[in-house]
Amino acid sequence: MIPAAFDYVEVDSAEAAIAALGQHGDEAKLMAGGHSLLPLMKFRLASPSVVIDIGRIADLSYINDAGDHVAIGALTKHRAVETNELLKSQVPMLAHVASQVGDPSVRHRGTIGGSIAHGDPASDLPAALLALGGSVVAKGPNGDRVIPAADLFTGFLETAVASDEMLTEIRVPKAAGAGWSYQKFNRRAQDWASVGVAAVRNNGASGVALVNMGPTPVVATAVQDALASGADVEAAAALAADGMSPPDDLNGDPAYRAHLAQVLVKRALTEAAA
Amino acid sequence: MQVEVTVNGQAKSADVEPRTLLVHFLRDELGLTGTNVGCDTSSCGACTVHIGGESVKSCTVLAVQARGEDITTIEGMASDGVLHPMQQAFMECHGLQCGYCTPGMVMAATSLLSENPSPTEADVREGLEGNLCRCTGYHNIVKAVLQASGGQS
Repeated sequence: MIPAAFDYVEVDSAEAAIAALGQHGDEAKLMAGGHSLLPLMKFRLASPSVVIDIGRIADLSYINDAGDHVAIGALTKHRAVETNELLKSQVPMLAHVASQVGDPSVRHRGTIGGSIAHGDPASDLPAALLALGGSVVAKGPNGDRVIPAADLFTGFLETAVASDEMLTEIRVPKAAGAGWSYQKFNRRAQDWASVGVAAVRNNGASGVALVNMGPTPVVATAVQDALASGADVEAAAALAADGMSPPDDLNGDPAYRAHLAQVLVKRALTEAAA
Repeated sequence: MQVEVTVNGQAKSADVEPRTLLVHFLRDELGLTGTNVGCDTSSCGACTVHIGGESVKSCTVLAVQARGEDITTIEGMASDGVLHPMQQAFMECHGLQCGYCTPGMVMAATSLLSENPSPTEADVREGLEGNLCRCTGYHNIVKAVLQASGGQS
């Protein structure tokens, strides 16, 4: 399978990428590692007329201690997130979830910024970012703005990052002592999750987000509210599918996924509390 | 668009369309047909090569993205007629049946050992999860990788 023809533009800075987006408009797509966009282009589900290669921007691959949070450059590879000592000690769930993306060769190319900007409801990292209460930095012609993860995922493969903006940084609050769990249920190794659950429990506060339970990565609001009101794990987990519209595909119908979400949320909350 | 890369230690160059995949660049432009195309969807690992010493799936990399990089393919593993230790271990452990997945397996396995020189059997199985053998010959593949690492086999 070969992508439709496109013009290739290579940029060496985020500013140059934004200028190129401004010049080429909606027909242009940013490509970092290419492990979300290129498969879509090969299937001809995406046919951008211009591909702006941001993969060589040197200063957007980093994992930095930023006081109350860890700042991760958008071009940081999954493999670097997975193996980073700062993340392993301060935000262990994120390092773990990065290790669940694809397989090692995929993780050598795919980037955290690419995965999150793609906004696939079936992918692992967006749910982790939601459960952790993280945010992203979007750089545009008028400078930087911070978008909370809760406001980021607006529709199927759509995010609040505007078409003339580039996601440049991911911020995750430190949560060294928090309980956490990531439950990924799939039928074959390295498949997308049929359903996944990211859960964080920290001093009575809970973050719970679901993978593949609707058109976007999604917070399990009903579960979080129940926990905040003092419900036990069993009662909270029973609400896992409330307000969700899970997809219907070969891996399961909506009713199956709703049940699976309840089971996995219960497991996740139990593990996160242990 | 001109793509200049180092492949197996040699400078190579070809003029290709931006949409050319790295695996097609290697096979069709450079004649290095040891790298196979399997699923063509970054699942099976038959097309695994190294970029800068790390395993990647060359069906999901544009040739233009690899410009200036140091690429190693299965053809670059043996030197002076002597098999790479991983290839030797695959041969001795009968780590291949039909052989289609083998180039990708060898490239993924050597990348694995460069990151984790002393893997456990579980490490090897997880490390090769992105490489499928449809002969289902995993047992001897894992054995070969462990032998090449100097561990139990």
